[in-house]
Amino acid sequence: MYESREHLQTLTEIRSLMERSSKFLSLSGLSGVSAGIVALIGATVVYMRLRTDVFDLLSYQQLDLYDNADHQEIRSFLVTVAIVVLVMALLSGSYFTIRKAKRQGLSVWNASSKRMIWALAVPLITGGIVCLALLHYNLLWLSFPTTLIFYGLALLNGSKYTVRDVESLAYCEIILGLLSLFWPGYNLLTWAVGFGVLHIAYGLTMYYKYERNTA
Amino acid sequence: MKDLLAQFNKAFESKARLNIMSVLMVNDSMSFNAFKELLGLTDGNLATHLRALEESGYVAVQKQFIGRKPNTTYSATDAGRQAFSDHLTALEEFIRNM
Repeated sequence: MYESREHLQTLTEIRSLMERSSKFLSLSGLSGVSAGIVALIGATVVYMRLRTDVFDLLSYQQLDLYDNADHQEIRSFLVTVAIVVLVMALLSGSYFTIRKAKRQGLSVWNASSKRMIWALAVPLITGGIVCLALLHYNLLWLSFPTTLIFYGLALLNGSKYTVRDVESLAYCEIILGLLSLFWPGYNLLTWAVGFGVLHIAYGLTMYYKYERNTA
Repeated sequence: MKDLLAQFNKAFESKARLNIMSVLMVNDSMSFNAFKELLGLTDGNLATHLRALEESGYVAVQKQFIGRKPNTTYSATDAGRQAFSDHLTALEEFIRNM
């Protein structure tokens, strides 16, 4: 009986090593929370600037009312906000993940994190270029669901190299993005839910599931 | 019982060697330093185990330079993969028959 337990333990250890060596598990839940907060702030800034009814914001008809100069201005405003939100979310997200890796005594820049970043980057950059094209043709409202859909696809791709739970977040983002396509009046709202609320909910779930005891 | 134990591979008697092989089963290749971090072994200890696995023909070594720094990576050979999965099967059988 004693020997059997020893062999079982060996199998458990092998399983854990296989997982630890092939996946990036230092991704912190707090990274999700901070990215979500940054996104909510960004959405609020856009809402305040455009000062339209939240349920009617950026609908196709609404944007038709603006003339070309307005379009130009709104476009550069949205691009600026989007870039600031992206950079801030990445910075704060990286901070918490690096902190977690340090506490675990692991390096952040290893084979598995490189694989994860590459898996995330390809769909994300593709989506970014698609959005630039949409903006180029003045299809502002379409760029909101597009960011959600491509972000979801990026997460789905990256989830293979990190905690499995990212997969659920990915499906939520994709579904929300697709719904948003057929619901053009609610673009800013769905965007805020996708990048803000979902990130915060996911981050808190991760934090309580994996980190509360070790933090 | 003796029959089952005969299936256990001598090369994997040490836990460190079994651990090295499990890492190489899911990673195409792994550097010496990555092993060190993952398994928490000392340089000398790790090198001895890796050399033993190399001599059994279960692990292949690739030496190259990144700039001027030597970088040694290890990967599992086909024989190593086969031996590892046979060993796991034997472990499973053993537990099932207890």
